[in-house]
Order: sequence, then C-alpha cells, then structure tokens
Amino acid sequence: MAMDSEEIEKMIKAALPDAKVIIAALADDGDHYMAKITSEAFRGKSRVQQHQMVYAALQGNMGGVLHALALTTVVPEAN
Amino acid sequence: MRTRELVEQAVNSGDVVLFMKGTPQFPQCGFSGQVVQILQHVGVPFKTFNVLEDGMIREGVKEYSNWPTIPQLYVKGEFVGGCDIVREMYQAGELVPLFEGKGIALGDKAIG
Repeated sequence: MAMDSEEIEKMIKAALPDAKVIIAALADDGDHYMAKITSEAFRGKSRVQQHQMVYAALQGNMGGVLHALALTTVVPEAN
Repeated sequence: MRTRELVEQAVNSGDVVLFMKGTPQFPQCGFSGQVVQILQHVGVPFKTFNVLEDGMIREGVKEYSNWPTIPQLYVKGEFVGGCDIVREMYQAGELVPLFEGKGIALGDKAIG
C-alpha cells in the first residue's frame, strides 16, 4: 500500500485550502516523503499543533499507509 | 493496568523520555536515531522506551499525544514533538533553553 504525492497534496489542500504544498519523495516506495507546507492557518499555533493539523488532513493515513513524512510547516510572511 | 495509565507512567518516568524504535546503541529507524544523536549532542541525560518491544506502549503513546508516529520526545511529562520538530528546535537553538527552562541539568558543553 502506498500514497502518491498528488493524493497527499489533494488531501492537505482539502483541509487547508490556502496551503502552498511542496512535496518530494524520499524513496520510490510511495510511503516516504518530505513536504513543506505554507498556510495562514498555522499562524499563532505551536509547531506540534501545526503538524497535527497536517496529520488530521491526511485522515489517519499518517503512520499507516504513509510511513514517513518529513514535515516542515511555515507561516506566510505577514504582508 | 490500562494502556493510558501505562503510558502516563512511562511518560513521567524521567525528566527527558524518548519513545523510539530500537535503542540508543541500535536504533531501528533513521528518525529515532536522529533524535538520539541530537539529545546526545545537546548533552542531556534521557531515558528511552523501545516501542518495538511493547505493542501496547507503541499504540498507546500515539493516542496519548495525538501524534501518529514514533519517535516521540517528552520533557517533564510534556510532549515536545517527533523527529522533525526536535531537529527544527535544535537547529533554531531552542532545545537548550527548553531544558534549562525546565530545570534540567545539561552537560558542560551543551549546544543547540
């Protein structure tokens, strides 16, 4: 079982519509990725809370089908 | 004993507790190994639980912190993060202040 990056991006954007998502595969097995996600929704939240928001967007796939997601969450520069 | 109490006991069994796959000498996962290296580099004493040896703790700790993966780092019973967050804090020089702020003694050449 595995996930492809489009599927991951789609799920994240469904939960965080404004998110800019950069995803790269760490291995070609479909369950090791790294992702950088920028969203206004992260503003004011701790890193743990930000990452938990992303895991929630992945609807339980994190740690199961998706074994590893090296995650960086970013709050957009205030303009 | 129910799983939650088991996890609670483990989480509070030391100032710095790391739930990992394998042991500091033989980490069984790259992410677990990274956190061990960071803690050793910072020079903080820490206790580890090898979740591969205890399925109840392995699943129970994920529910306890609402965090789906291992490793998981706790300081004074409080969830700090997994590999990404511990590495980010280390690179930002936030780990040493975190430990010092919680009154945890560090080695004399603590960095990070």
